[in-house]
Amino acid sequence: MKRNIALAFIILISFALQTTLFQYLNFGGISPNLLIIVTASYGFMYGRRYGMVTGFFCGLLMDVFYGDVLGFYALIYLYIGAANGLFHRIFYHNDITLPLLLISVSDFTYSFVCYVLLFLLRGRFVFGFYLKNIIIPEIVYTILVTIILYPLILLLNLTLDNMHKRGDRKRA
Amino acid sequence: MSPIVKRKRESFRIPSKYLLLLLTTVCIFMMAFTFLTDMSTAPLNKVVSYVVVPFQDGISRIGSWIFQRVDELGELRLVLEENQELRKQIDELTIENTQLQQDKYELNNLRELFALDAEYSGYEKIGARVIARESGNWFHVFTLDKGSEDGLAIDMNVIAGGGLVGRIVDIGPNWAQVNAIINDNSNVSGMVLASSDNLIVSGSLELMGQGLISFKQLIDSKDAVKIGDKVVTSNISDKFLPGILIGYINDVEQDSNNITKSGTLTPAVDFEHLEEVLVILELKQQIED
Repeated sequence: MKRNIALAFIILISFALQTTLFQYLNFGGISPNLLIIVTASYGFMYGRRYGMVTGFFCGLLMDVFYGDVLGFYALIYLYIGAANGLFHRIFYHNDITLPLLLISVSDFTYSFVCYVLLFLLRGRFVFGFYLKNIIIPEIVYTILVTIILYPLILLLNLTLDNMHKRGDRKRA
Repeated sequence: MSPIVKRKRESFRIPSKYLLLLLTTVCIFMMAFTFLTDMSTAPLNKVVSYVVVPFQDGISRIGSWIFQRVDELGELRLVLEENQELRKQIDELTIENTQLQQDKYELNNLRELFALDAEYSGYEKIGARVIARESGNWFHVFTLDKGSEDGLAIDMNVIAGGGLVGRIVDIGPNWAQVNAIINDNSNVSGMVLASSDNLIVSGSLELMGQGLISFKQLIDSKDAVKIGDKVVTSNISDKFLPGILIGYINDVEQDSNNITKSGTLTPAVDFEHLEEVLVILELKQQIED
């Protein structure tokens, strides 16, 4: 319950930060993808179902504000969240390599799908250019932000889970 | 209660693969619905924007305030050095200023003669602030802090620093979204001012980093178009008002068909540092079908 309210706030704040503050903090016109961090994190922390729902709402938010067609980003984020959920079994709180790896792969997948669907299909074939100038910088920046943001999300969730457990014990 | 909670409670019973299938269907249905029915997302947008826009506005204000303070500290030393140089320049500029005032007098006279330009400065405009940019890195779309309540409407032209920025593509009561002309999916019908040759100005993500826009389909059989020529919006454009400055020709190349030419032009607007823009409150006349 508390976790869900926290999740709603995290999505809202990430979206607001991504569209405002990180647009000031951009490096050469590239800003990080916070919504991917949130989607992927909830995917491998709490399993497929959470990943899907988080991804769906993150994507829907982008669709409502910046998409041409409603549901396009929602679909991409949905599958990224679901795919990350598959790694829930091998996720441990004190291991940061897996989250970093998963988030960078997720961001690459997202960028690649965006390139194929929004650019390649309109006859923009110079993949090398987009890889060098958009995709790779975005991944690098996203990972840098992950190193700061991910422990915060983890800490928040561990605190909420502990509170929840303590509450259960009291009731019992 | 947030909608997420409800969904989760339902999903306790649904196995995750069916949930995936369900959400995928919802997405595809929404895509098909918005694509086929041409229904705008405006009502949904309106509801969500009442929650999100205050967030964006607040963070944007705080963020820009902090950055201004940090910039100020860093620039203080530079400013002191600059101050000395500037004092020297003042003397030179005073002389130049006198000359420019003479030029201005001449310019005013020319303006009166030049009806096109008079029309351009005659449009009624309203100022607006840029509060957010599109969250991805692929497109250059940004949000203004004024909307339909301030008299804006879809397809109104946006200018800044005397040049064309783009046009409003989406609108809510207190915000409006602008698609910039440097955007990869933007095409503007333009005209070389000196020779009245028409061309199509289309944005390109590849050239955006170099601060250029590409143009194509320029028919210039007399080889009259030169580097540095002004390009303005043409009078046959269906969304843009005529005679708004787009930029200056940067280079011209003959196409392989030997009929048309293409090349790049430098936009008149600095898209990297857009903060304040002007929205022209006049729409291009539409031909009713």
